[in-house]
Amino acid sequence: MARTGVFVCHCGTNIAKSVDVKRVAEEAAKLPGVVFASDYIYMCSGPGQDMLREAIAEHKLDSVVVASCSPRLHEPTFQKCVEGAGINPYLMEMANIREQVSWVHGKDEGATEKALDLVRSAVAKVQRNAPLFPQELPVTKRAVVIGGGIAGIQAALDIADAGVEVILVEKSPSIGGRMAQFDKTFPTLDCAACILTPKMVEVASNPNITLMTWSEIEKVEGFVGNFEVTIRRKARYVDEEACIGCGDCWAKCPVKNIPAEFQAELGPRTAIYRPFPQAIPNVPVIDKENCIYLTKGRCGACAKACPKQCIHYDDEDKLVTVQAGAVVVATGFEVEPGKIYGEYGYGSHPDIITGLQFERMVNVSGPTGGHIVRPSTWDAKKQEGQEPKTIVFLQCCGSRDEEKGVPYCSKVCCMYTAKQALLLKEKMPNTQVYIFYIDIRAAGKGYEEFINRVQDEFQANYIRGRVSSIVPEGDHLVVRGADTLLGRQVEIDADLVILATPLLARKDSADIARQLSIQVDKYGWFTEAHPKLRPAETLTDGVFLAGGCLFPRDIPESVASGGAAAAKVVDLLSKDHLLSVPTVSMIDADLCAGCLTCVRVCPFGAIEEAEIENPRTHEKRKVAKVNEGLCKGCGTCAVACPSGCATLRGFTDEQILAEVDALCV
Amino acid sequence: MATETTDQPTTTEPAPFQPRLVAILCNWCSYAGADLAGSSRIHYPASLRIVRVPCSGRIDPLYVLRAFERGADAVLVAGCHPGDCHYAEGNYYARRRLTMLQELLRFAGVPEERFYFRWVSAAEGPEFAHLISEITEKVTPLGPYKPEAHEKFELPEDLLAELNALDETTPECAHGAEAEATEAEPET
Repeated sequence: MARTGVFVCHCGTNIAKSVDVKRVAEEAAKLPGVVFASDYIYMCSGPGQDMLREAIAEHKLDSVVVASCSPRLHEPTFQKCVEGAGINPYLMEMANIREQVSWVHGKDEGATEKALDLVRSAVAKVQRNAPLFPQELPVTKRAVVIGGGIAGIQAALDIADAGVEVILVEKSPSIGGRMAQFDKTFPTLDCAACILTPKMVEVASNPNITLMTWSEIEKVEGFVGNFEVTIRRKARYVDEEACIGCGDCWAKCPVKNIPAEFQAELGPRTAIYRPFPQAIPNVPVIDKENCIYLTKGRCGACAKACPKQCIHYDDEDKLVTVQAGAVVVATGFEVEPGKIYGEYGYGSHPDIITGLQFERMVNVSGPTGGHIVRPSTWDAKKQEGQEPKTIVFLQCCGSRDEEKGVPYCSKVCCMYTAKQALLLKEKMPNTQVYIFYIDIRAAGKGYEEFINRVQDEFQANYIRGRVSSIVPEGDHLVVRGADTLLGRQVEIDADLVILATPLLARKDSADIARQLSIQVDKYGWFTEAHPKLRPAETLTDGVFLAGGCLFPRDIPESVASGGAAAAKVVDLLSKDHLLSVPTVSMIDADLCAGCLTCVRVCPFGAIEEAEIENPRTHEKRKVAKVNEGLCKGCGTCAVACPSGCATLRGFTDEQILAEVDALCV
Repeated sequence: MATETTDQPTTTEPAPFQPRLVAILCNWCSYAGADLAGSSRIHYPASLRIVRVPCSGRIDPLYVLRAFERGADAVLVAGCHPGDCHYAEGNYYARRRLTMLQELLRFAGVPEERFYFRWVSAAEGPEFAHLISEITEKVTPLGPYKPEAHEKFELPEDLLAELNALDETTPECAHGAEAEATEAEPET
């Protein structure tokens, strides 16, 4: 007979306010095989866990049910706790009476009855559990970091500094990411390049880091400690080793009018190009869609100009496979291209630009060499244009708009708009700056003070309200909006309008999410394992997250999250071996008829054909065999098996049916 | 979105019939969705009882039948949206198996309001709560499920004719390995 103990948690008042916890404990004590039942205010706290361990010893318990929060939160906590008292961690089950009872049902809505049912079901299951033992798995002491923005750079550097080999994979021709596009950073006005480029150089020179730019993740297989990552190294057409970055090639390239990605399409680039002067590696790449030689088979100007014969038009994509123990995903975000509000006319008039484009314009290495001009008047040959006199910034151009844009706040726009206003007034003190806003969100160290400075010292005119239309009139743009504080209409003749468009989850990161089984929210942002307690982890062991791929983040947050992910990786890879999760499939070879249906349904190729010999007759026959290292425990095979010889440890038919039965009484 | 908070009538009348809804949910998406409904404090009827399995691919159609047999008034099975399965393709197998089960249940005369197969993601807390309210609303008027009600059921005539026709030919054995083997190609 089982000796089960049931522990009912009050969770302060979280559970106790709608569930009669005393009664649940009393009723639980009457269940067959339950020899002890009790309740406590916080089971997960130190005293709660002590009580659990003491009860195990005192009542010689052989299995435990904790009725508290979701097992997704505290299953590991209580598994560790019972293990400390000598019970196999898989002889502990949880009844989720918080997330699925007290938080969704009131006291008079049957919460206590439901809690009782869930406890009964957990007791029925735990009494059919078998002790499970993890296996030791090897660990490859190497990490792959996907994304070479500031978060990925920080993660790669921190991991490498701990003595672990890192492969940093970046999709674009250079690392640096979004931060490389910025001019100054708020609120300290550090120059972005001055704080970023030394880190980029460090990446290039760190002996533990292998940098793969112009590369994408093709495929990820394996599991924690033992990933096999296939990387597509896209054809660069330039020999990365031999190139000295002299620039003779792009100077001679006849294709000069391609909108430059790095300049937020505000300026042109050539077909063979280096995205920006501080690029790491300092090696150009040929854009094969626009190169005349690669599209039409003639030209070859760059190859002729190259003093080191680095240009190879016959270059092809290469697939490289690397083994790694952990993966950090730092793929960042994308900036909405100004299309949410048609009435703002983005794209119809060159003097309506996005915040990112302004960032490039104000930067010395930008398309205008740092001159703030009206793009409509810019003469690229003479490198001059008319300076704007009245500039209007529009915040929330799609953020916080459930109807047409995104309901969330993009978090960085209030601050970067203020910063841009300051930079503008610094360069051109006689301009008029207007900023339309809904609310100013400046929660951060020195942020509020910064906004105040921009308002007081730099005389930016903040107008609380939204803009209804931007219409070209003569050589001006008429911005019509509302000032909701004064309760009147506003009309401003502007020379330049800057839109703060929302930050969005990258559309092209869905593939990465799928490859690594990362959960995404409804906007496409990657989801952390726990929003508060496990912000750098995903639900896939060995896969970590950093930076703006989780949600809009500013630079300090991205750097911190890169460091956090690195710490997790180093912790994981510091172990000589890992313990496998033992809730995997097993096949009873005696019963197996060798039909191999399970082999065909297994999503992970974890079941193989094997041969066994009858010890008496020496007859050989074919059976299916589970590779426990590859099995992830989905249980698809257990359902498909026609003879019932495949089963999933921890989730056997008997266990699940016992739960179902207990809930249907 | 508007979710239904259930202000159920308290005990003035004899306790109204509350259906027993058994839900079998995958750990990574739907169970997490149910947790999210909880952490967002979105109320829904307490008719629901949840069984957690790692993946919807682990759900044997037998579990659904067993729940009905033991007194469930409705059964919900939910997993990750197509393409989002934590185990890559377990939900595709679930889809095939449960679609077949759905047909079978209809054939056996179980009203379709009693069995539900849905996708619920980890981010769909409000949607989950709404789904439970909706199911409860649909099942309540049907009253308790009584398996014995099906004992006297008759085959529709057209089907009977088809079956008779089948008897005259010798059907190929479609059993065991071969029948299961068709599962080996998940839909994409």
